[in-house]
Amino acid sequence: MGSASSMLTQYDIEEVQEHCNNLFSQQEIVSLYQRFCQLDRNSKGFISADEFLSVPEFAMNPLSQRLLKMADGLNFKDFVAFLSAFSTKASLQQKIELIFKVYDTDGNGKVSFNDILQVLRDLSGSFMSDEQREKVLIQVLGEAGYTRESCLMLDDFIKVFGSSGVNMEVEVPVD
Amino acid sequence: MGGWPSCFGLRGEETEQVWRKRGRDSDTKPPKKPSKSRRKRIQFAENEEDDEALKMSTTGTLKPSSSELDLDRPNIEDYLPSGSSIQQEPDGKLRLRDLLDISPTLTEAAGAIVDDSFTRCFKSNSPEPWNWNIYLFPLWCFGVVFRYFILFPLRVIVLTLGWIIFLSSYIPVHFLLKGHEKLRRKLERLLVELICSFFVASWTGVVKYHGPRPSMRPNQVFVANHTSMIDFIILEQMTAFSVIMQKHAGWVGLLQSTILESVGCIWFNRTESKDREIVARKLREHVQGADNPLLIFPEGTCVNNHYTVMFKKGAFELGCSVCPIAIKYNKIFVDAFWNSRKQSFTKHLLQLMTSWAVVCDVWYLEPQNLKPGETPIEFAERVRDIISARAGLKKVPWDGYLKHSRPSPKHRERKQQSFADSVLRRLEEK
Repeated sequence: MGSASSMLTQYDIEEVQEHCNNLFSQQEIVSLYQRFCQLDRNSKGFISADEFLSVPEFAMNPLSQRLLKMADGLNFKDFVAFLSAFSTKASLQQKIELIFKVYDTDGNGKVSFNDILQVLRDLSGSFMSDEQREKVLIQVLGEAGYTRESCLMLDDFIKVFGSSGVNMEVEVPVD
Repeated sequence: MGGWPSCFGLRGEETEQVWRKRGRDSDTKPPKKPSKSRRKRIQFAENEEDDEALKMSTTGTLKPSSSELDLDRPNIEDYLPSGSSIQQEPDGKLRLRDLLDISPTLTEAAGAIVDDSFTRCFKSNSPEPWNWNIYLFPLWCFGVVFRYFILFPLRVIVLTLGWIIFLSSYIPVHFLLKGHEKLRRKLERLLVELICSFFVASWTGVVKYHGPRPSMRPNQVFVANHTSMIDFIILEQMTAFSVIMQKHAGWVGLLQSTILESVGCIWFNRTESKDREIVARKLREHVQGADNPLLIFPEGTCVNNHYTVMFKKGAFELGCSVCPIAIKYNKIFVDAFWNSRKQSFTKHLLQLMTSWAVVCDVWYLEPQNLKPGETPIEFAERVRDIISARAGLKKVPWDGYLKHSRPSPKHRERKQQSFADSVLRRLEEK
């Protein structure tokens, strides 16, 4: 693969770092670049869906299609920004924002009953029937003070997750 | 382990040590856990079943096949890092937060994007540049000139000489001795060993063989880890194995169809799904009939000599002894890993011929037999343990064919099932 850091100048690294709000260190950005180049086989400048799916661990993840929609075709700067929510330095707010974005497929800032149902469908597959999923969702929504017609906003998500925090961190291997 | 004849006295100091280190207790050791990556969480999933792996798809969509082999799956719990199962089983009443919290699944996905154990197996790690200062750089330049303009032509001459000698002996033997099968075969095999030696010499191969040399007995197969096609040449120079190979195009294919026929070769085609039964049958016939042993690379693909991927069980259900061979290359002068995605075999050979030397160790290990109550997959894993331990390779629970196809949906289904069960269970709790 060659020495990838020779292709990224210090200026590039700083630009990427700024774009991701300094959530990754410069060494981590260099590592991520090596990984990016490894996945982007023909150096197109972005990683295609097929190349993401060539990672077996990713392909067998139930939410892979949703993440693909968000990560497909991103250039390196945006790729790092996308992953920044998983950095150890990211705030709870940033992590919840990413989770919200995964639910909110049409990007209108509102997560409806059906949106949550869709994600549940991805997560449980054929091992729960639609009725079971609806029943479970209506029950827990009711206990939290929402109804079937409620639309959850980002603030609702933040309230639901509360202060206990979210465990969503990925360590970038640094050589 | 029974079956090791005493007539093969252990030769030399090093072989004695090999047996003492590996031999007797190799079968009682538990399977080795893969090394902890620097990532905090790794989710290793199970291997692809051989059936599904062979069914290649051109569009990238999966073709799930029968799950008859579910019972034969290796014990995946041995591979999961203890205590860090992602889907923790929390107890207590189900709340909205529990349903909305997809962070474990997202973390796994992001973790796989950032680093995964499968891609690591096929990464060629470029060596540290050592020619970076004013004294070493001219030395390196001189080295380049020497390698390309002195060593390389010399090696080409040696190889050409070898081919001339080989062909001028092989062709007469092949045609003139048509009636005397046994003698002809013996001579042809010697000649194959000879041309392989010439090949090895053309890269200045420094190969150290450890352990008793393979014997020509029936009812045994040899298995080895796979790094490049030169593995075959290095082993063949010592013993005229019969081999099972993917049919290649170009000059390699020509060699395969002419010369390798004399040692007896079995061809397979990864893309044909029916191929598997035909190949299995041919393997069994060979093991029972032929007089030279079969060499099989159960990984099914070239790995970068730091890891081993899962062994295909085909070699382990033939009802005969399996003799493991471990090969470890020393990257001091050149990295022998053939990354078939990055370079053709010809380019790979040229790279080897313009380096200083190819250094490697070959260990012939103690033959293993299927233990009572052991499934072929467990047997394959046990032998993989032995080879990985000897050659210092890390094990990963992936099927090599995942290079060409997607994992089967049953892996995803397992996760979905576990999630669904957890939700339904907690719903019951009041």
